Amino acid sequence: MDYAIEARDLRKTYPGDVRALDGLDFAVEPGTVFGLLGPNGAGKSTTVKILTTLTLADAGTATVAGHDVVRDPDAVRRAIGVVAQKAGVDREATGRENLRLQGQVYGMRGRALEQRIDELLERFGLTEAADLIGRTYSGGMQRRLDIAMALVHRPSVLFLDEPTTGLDPEVRADMWREIERLSSDHGITVLLTTHYLEEADRLAKQLAIVDRGTVVARGTPEELKGDLHGDAVVVELERAYNGEVTRALDRVDGLREISVEGTALRARSDDGARAVPHVLQALEAGGVQVTSVTVARPSLDDVYLRHAGRTFDAAEHETETKQMEENR
Amino acid sequence: MSAALVYARDSRDQTVRHLRALWRQPWWIVVTLMQPIIWLLLFGALFEKVVEIPGFTSDNYLTFLAPGVVVMTALFASGWAGMPVIEDLERGVMDRFLVTPVRRGSLITGRLAQGAISMLIQSVIIVVLALIVGATFPGGVQGVLALFVLATLLGTIFGSLSIGMALIVRHEETLIAIVTGITLPLTFLSTAFMQKSLMPGWMRVVSDANPVNWAIEAGREAVSAGTDWAFVASRAGFLLALAIVCGAFATRAFRAYQKSV
Repeated sequence: MDYAIEARDLRKTYPGDVRALDGLDFAVEPGTVFGLLGPNGAGKSTTVKILTTLTLADAGTATVAGHDVVRDPDAVRRAIGVVAQKAGVDREATGRENLRLQGQVYGMRGRALEQRIDELLERFGLTEAADLIGRTYSGGMQRRLDIAMALVHRPSVLFLDEPTTGLDPEVRADMWREIERLSSDHGITVLLTTHYLEEADRLAKQLAIVDRGTVVARGTPEELKGDLHGDAVVVELERAYNGEVTRALDRVDGLREISVEGTALRARSDDGARAVPHVLQALEAGGVQVTSVTVARPSLDDVYLRHAGRTFDAAEHETETKQMEENR
Repeated sequence: MSAALVYARDSRDQTVRHLRALWRQPWWIVVTLMQPIIWLLLFGALFEKVVEIPGFTSDNYLTFLAPGVVVMTALFASGWAGMPVIEDLERGVMDRFLVTPVRRGSLITGRLAQGAISMLIQSVIIVVLALIVGATFPGGVQGVLALFVLATLLGTIFGSLSIGMALIVRHEETLIAIVTGITLPLTFLSTAFMQKSLMPGWMRVVSDANPVNWAIEAGREAVSAGTDWAFVASRAGFLLALAIVCGAFATRAFRAYQKSV
């Protein structure tokens, strides 16, 4: 099978001994949305920079649309569209002028280019704002222009690096619909990086979870969640208890991975709803007071916790603290 | 299409982009013209009596001053060439171009070409203004054209330096400090305001090695009566050589930036 993107054992260390990638591997089937999910600082953006020829890996190989990113960067550049984290819109030019220059860079000219520009303006709802200066665009409009610019030359592979970061929820929902449309209507391969679990869950057909520069789990979102076998049962206790809780739950069948952290009791069960009455009964019998119970289908957060050994929030927090220390 | 044609096409497209951005900031044009007007009118009036100093060869200070003002304007305008480069870096515009097949060099030549074109326009305006307030250009049209070429060469030198420094320091405040710290001393260590024979000895020595002064002296020679064209050509040659060196520096700085991404 020919993959649209293939990354093999990518390694990169930035000056100051910051290891961004530590043997990252993945492959993307043509015409699908592939998600790279991980907290900030996991190495997603570095991966995108290598695959889009912005930077070189220290070791490893990568091909995009069948071309090697090191040996034939210009062929890769012609085949890809990139929506980076920073919009990259020229704020002193109009939307139409931004699109025109972007097309000219790929050698597009004349009527064919103007038609393509009109088509994209229409599709991204920018026709009325087409001749306004970029500086006057809202965040959502800049994002849409940004994606339109990445599509001007009809790329076969599209990179979306954190496309919805900083957008408000409504605009984010619009963006999700647009991304879904790209792969289903146009057959474009999309590599999406995100640190929103929800986004990866909704958009990605295949997913690789990245942690500390390497892929810790891969599969469809359903497979990854299915691997966890069962629902999460979370019980909020009235106060912190010691051994009473686990002792009380010994008698409940089919309850696994029991953990207590402060007043939060977590456990896993094949059928969460059925387990709840038994859990409550056992806790009451053991003298433990309960304030609330929730049952949840496994989420990608649970998947992350399982493979990276910490919750997503904790990982994000860790990078932030590290960055603050570095900036000091 | 041949590589050279693609390069020329990309450079032109970038030049158009920058000229358009400039055209949309009328205040920028007004502000950059304010400075030469101040030089001409204020310094022209302030130093009017300089011509009476024994040994000063010109009898009209404005005629003496005008070529220097053209060169200084090119110097100051080109010094800021790196500022929009930093903005492009910060806003992600540079990276957007770098993931396309655009010829890398065109991202620099496009800016230099825009600088050269706006410098030419400013130079024409200054010469017209100087004529209105009473300066003369005995060397005629060809002398004035030579002055424009010299000013543009100097602008290309400092434009390349500014762009190269911008790609290295990537911080607007730092670039402002560097540009001001270089352009002002170079101006006052030249014969822009004072004839060479009346300058202190050490300053004369320094001014001989000052590219700003090469352009001013050669420009003044070109617009005067009975031009010594050999002298003009030699200074133009120095400036061209330095422009090539500075262009190479900007290119190196650009490669260093790409490596650091």
